[in-house]
Amino acid sequence: MRPVKYNENKKVTTADLPENVYTGEGFMTTKLDDVIGLARANSLWPLPFATSCCGIEFMATMGSNYDLARFGSERMGFTPRQCDMLLVAGTIAKKMAPILRQVYLQMAEPRWVIAIGACASSGGIFDSYSVLQGIDQVIPVDVYVPGCPPRPEGILDGVIKLQKIVKNESLRRRNAPQYKALLNEYGIQ
Amino acid sequence: MDNQQLKQSLSSKFDYLSDWEEPYGLLTATMPAAKNMEVLQGIFDDEALKFRFLTDLTAVHFPDRKDEELCVVYHLHNLQDNIRLRLKAYLPVEAPDIHTASALFSGANWMERETYDFFGVNFLNHSNLTRILNVDEMDYFPMRREYPMEDPTRIDKDDEMFGRS
Repeated sequence: MRPVKYNENKKVTTADLPENVYTGEGFMTTKLDDVIGLARANSLWPLPFATSCCGIEFMATMGSNYDLARFGSERMGFTPRQCDMLLVAGTIAKKMAPILRQVYLQMAEPRWVIAIGACASSGGIFDSYSVLQGIDQVIPVDVYVPGCPPRPEGILDGVIKLQKIVKNESLRRRNAPQYKALLNEYGIQ
Repeated sequence: MDNQQLKQSLSSKFDYLSDWEEPYGLLTATMPAAKNMEVLQGIFDDEALKFRFLTDLTAVHFPDRKDEELCVVYHLHNLQDNIRLRLKAYLPVEAPDIHTASALFSGANWMERETYDFFGVNFLNHSNLTRILNVDEMDYFPMRREYPMEDPTRIDKDDEMFGRS
């Protein structure tokens, strides 16, 4: 076999970057961010994690009167592996918290969480030993929809706000150190 | 069979039943805790009484009764003749032991686990007396009446957001 020879061309030199030069994403990558953000925002597949009364309001939102499908949430996949938006609707008991965490961990990036209703946001009216006082004690939440239960229009408003967040999110966000620090606070790798 | 006849027939069979009451028309009697299976088995087998359905099994905590704080309550129903009965058995809170009814009524299995979970009543010879509705690591019995209204040591609520608590 012919021995391998590497290019020993010494004419290649490296130079330092001069000051005041714009370093950042170029034009094409920001446009790509916009396109991908638009695509993600308009096809958020929800994973309903409906426990109690807010689940019924969510069912009403999915129905034909307050259609959620017109916002891109046509396919309610009930599997965390295929959905990007976790909708926690209802009271989460302390015994249910590890299960909710497990469902969140099974979702693939990018994933967002909407806490629907007072009980999911903060424990709601149930200030007791058995109710988790807000799901943000176990998983990071993006949008909170207040109400007991919130009207379907309110849930739609929450989804629209999430769409705005998703549209403006940078592709690099999930690798950024702040995101890693956030997940670390919850003990999620 | 109305309540008076029922009371007659129960007193003749079991003379240790006491504290007869009829709140809202439901005949209620108190039995000593050691004899609970004797009474339950007796009214199950008796062909005239036939209390073969356990409607409810729960407990109450009376912190002011000394040596009788926990009261285990059985609600029984005779489905064929539509007669209902309530039996109470008082237990001291230091040693709340009572025999399990799950050998006689399979419905008592989970009801006794719930009663253990919330009041700490120890059912002897229960097949799996562990917490059922609360978190397994909980070390107190929530439905007992010995806790203050607001717990200043709780860590799961964000104080700034909720002002008082």
